[in-house]
Amino acid sequence: MMKKKYFLNANIIDPKNSIEEVGGLIINEQGKIEAVGKKVNKNNIPSREKYIDLKQKYIFPGLVDMRVFVGEPGYEYKENFKTLSNAAIAGGVTSVVTMPNTSPVIDNVSIVDFLKRRGRDKARINIFPAASLTKNLEGTNMTEFGLLRDKGIIGFTDGTKTIQNTRLMSRIMRSAYDLDCLIMQHAEDGELSKNGMVNDGIIATKLGLQGIPDLAEKIIIERDLTLLEDFNCRYHISQISTTKSVEIIAQKKNQVEFTTGVSINNLSLNENDIGDFKTFLKLSPPLRTEDDRVSLVKSINQGLIDVIVSDHKPEDEESKRLTFSQAATGASGVETLLPLSLELFHNGSIKLFKLIELLTSNPAKILKIDKGNLSIGNDADFCIVDIYKPWVVKKDKIISKSKNTCIEEKKLQGLITNTFVGGEELFKI
Amino acid sequence: MAINSNKAIKISKKHLLGIQDLTVSDVNLILSESKKFISLNKSKNKKNDTLRGKTQINLFFEPSTRTQSSFELAGKRLGADVMSMNITNSAIKKGETLIDTAMTLNAMHPDIIVVRHQDSGACNLLSQKVNCAVLNAGDGRREHPTQALLDALTIIDRKNKIQGLRIAICGDILHSRVARSNIYLLNMLGAEVNIVGPSNLLPKDINKLGVNVFSDMKKGLKNCDIVMMLRLQNERMTSSFLSSNREYYEYYGLTPNKLKEAKSDALIMHPGPMNRGIEIDTKLADDINKSVIKEQVELGVAVRMACLKIFCE
Repeated sequence: MMKKKYFLNANIIDPKNSIEEVGGLIINEQGKIEAVGKKVNKNNIPSREKYIDLKQKYIFPGLVDMRVFVGEPGYEYKENFKTLSNAAIAGGVTSVVTMPNTSPVIDNVSIVDFLKRRGRDKARINIFPAASLTKNLEGTNMTEFGLLRDKGIIGFTDGTKTIQNTRLMSRIMRSAYDLDCLIMQHAEDGELSKNGMVNDGIIATKLGLQGIPDLAEKIIIERDLTLLEDFNCRYHISQISTTKSVEIIAQKKNQVEFTTGVSINNLSLNENDIGDFKTFLKLSPPLRTEDDRVSLVKSINQGLIDVIVSDHKPEDEESKRLTFSQAATGASGVETLLPLSLELFHNGSIKLFKLIELLTSNPAKILKIDKGNLSIGNDADFCIVDIYKPWVVKKDKIISKSKNTCIEEKKLQGLITNTFVGGEELFKI
Repeated sequence: MAINSNKAIKISKKHLLGIQDLTVSDVNLILSESKKFISLNKSKNKKNDTLRGKTQINLFFEPSTRTQSSFELAGKRLGADVMSMNITNSAIKKGETLIDTAMTLNAMHPDIIVVRHQDSGACNLLSQKVNCAVLNAGDGRREHPTQALLDALTIIDRKNKIQGLRIAICGDILHSRVARSNIYLLNMLGAEVNIVGPSNLLPKDINKLGVNVFSDMKKGLKNCDIVMMLRLQNERMTSSFLSSNREYYEYYGLTPNKLKEAKSDALIMHPGPMNRGIEIDTKLADDINKSVIKEQVELGVAVRMACLKIFCE
C-alpha cells in the first residue's frame, strides 16, 4: 500500500474526459486516480496532508506510443525491455505497442508467453505486444489472429514490412473482421520502393541515392482503403508521410472507417535535414519535402490523422557507422516523442489539447485499452511536464540502449520532470 | 575563359569530395595547375619530385581501368610513393567496415587517399575518419569530380572557353556520377547544359539542377558545341529500364545522322569505357576530327597530378 498523493495547482489536460483546466490530482493508496480537475484545490484537501504545488506545470496522461521496436528477443544489444522502459518513462510514455520484428518473430502463441513474462518482469511500463500478420514476416501465410489475440496480442502488423499481395490482404481483412482484430499496415509498395533509402526528388538526385517515391505509399493506402469497402475490419495505417497520402485519406474518410498514424519525425523534420549523409536520419517512411511535412501538420488540424508515434527503432552504433546505403534504417525516439511534439505547439502549428489527444486518448481508443486518460478509478499513469523549459538533445544523455537519435543537438522546449505508473513515481529528473 | 594563375590562391577545401563543394576559384586553380602538367606529360622526362616523400594510397572498391591507372601514374610522375590496395585480397572481403579500413590506413600516415566506392557518400564518410586529404575517384551515383575537371580541361583545350557553350550530356543520367559532376562544373563555368536521355534513365527533378531536359535526342543536340556521351550502366540496372540495346541505339545512340543537329564543329566526348554500337557509332568514336575521347584520357593524368599536388599541400 502506498501513501496517498496530492498534486495541486497544475495545468491538467485529459482529452478523454475533455479536461483542460487548472486544478489538482489525488492518487489513492492503491495507485488509482481518486479525483482530478479544478475541484481539487487547497481548500478541499485535508489540511494535515502534504501536497505538492506544481506551480502551473502540466499534467498529461501517460503517453501511449503505438509504434516501438524492442530488441527482445534476438537483438538485446540494441534494446531490451528494461532499457526500453527506462527510456519511455523518461519521455512520459507509460504504454507502448511493441513491434513483432524480433528474432524469432512474434508470430506464434508460444513466443507470446515468453514476451509477456519478460515484459512483466523487466519493464515498468505497460507493454502491449503486437504480433506479425504473416508467419516469419514473409507476407505469405497469416498468423493465428484469434489464438494470438486470446493470449494478449493487441494488434497485428508486419512492422517494417507491407503486405504486398492484394489477395492475401483481403483475406487478412476478412479474418480480422471475424475475430475483431486490429490490423496495422506499414504502407509502402515493395517494387516502387526497392533499394530506396530517401525521398525520391532533388535531394536523392544530388546525393546519388535511390529514391522512394511518394506514390509507393499512396498506392498501398489507396489499395487497402478500396479493399476495406468490401472487407471491413479494424484497420490502421501505421504512418503516412506525404501530401499524396493525405489527399487519398481525405477522399476516403467519408466512405470507409479506418485510422491513421504519423511519426513525429515526419512531422518535425524534412529531407534537407539528411545533410551530408547523416545515417541517423535514414528512416522509414523517409523524411519527405517541407511541403509534405506542412501537409501532415495541416491534416492533423483537419482531423485526418489520429495518432502520433515515435517509431522508436533503436539501432546500435555499428549498424549506423556505415555508408548510407549500408546503414540500418530507423531512429531511437521514445524519450523525445513528447518534447519534440511540443515543438509543434510552441511554434503555433498544433494546439496543445490536440497534440495530447493524438498522444494519449486516440491511440488508446484505437487499441481499445483503458490507458492514456485520467479517469477516476483508473491506474494513475501520468507525467508532469515543464512545457516551457528549454533543453538540448545530447547523444550521451540518451537513456535508450541505442543512441541513434535523429535530433542530436536540437534545441527543444518542454521537459518531463516526473513520470508515474500505477501511482508510483518511476522517473524524476 | 580566364584562368587565374595566381599561385597565392589556396584551395578552399581539405578534401576533393565533389564539384558541389568547390568554388569557381578552386576550379580555376586546379585547371591552371593542370595545364602546366600537360607539357610535362609530353616531355621525355615525365617525372618530377613535387610529391617526393609523400604517400598516396589508392583504395578502389569498384573495378576501374582508366581512373585507377591514371591516378597511379599521376602520383608516380610526381614522385609520390603510390600504393594501390587490392580489395579482393584485403580485409574488406573478410567483413571489415569502411571506417575500420580507413582507420587502419590512417595509422600508416598517408598524405592522400584516392577512393572509389560503389556507395554514394562513401568518400564523405571516409574523409571524416582520416587525417589526410581524400580524393573522390567516383562514389556511387553521386560524383566523379576529376572526370568533370578533365572534361572541362579538354573542352578548354579545344574551344578555348566554356562560358557560353552549349553542351549536351546524353544517355544514362540516372546512374551517372560523371553526369552529375559535369552538370555542376559546366554550370559553374557558364555553359548551357542540355540533358538528353530516355525518361527511365533521368533522375527525379533533374531540371532543378539548372539544365534543359530532352527525351528527344535530336532536339537536345540542336546547335550544341559539345556532345558528351555516357556509358549505359547495365551493371547498375536492377530492373527493366529499356526494351533493348537495339532500340536504345536507334533513339539514343550517337550516329552521324543525329550528330548533324549539333554544330558542324561539335566535339564528341565519352568518359569511357564505351559500349560501341549501343550508345555511340563506332566510326564516330574513332573519328579524329570529331572525337576527343583519347585526349580526355591524356589530360586526365594532368588533372589528377594537379589535384594530388594541390590537395597534398
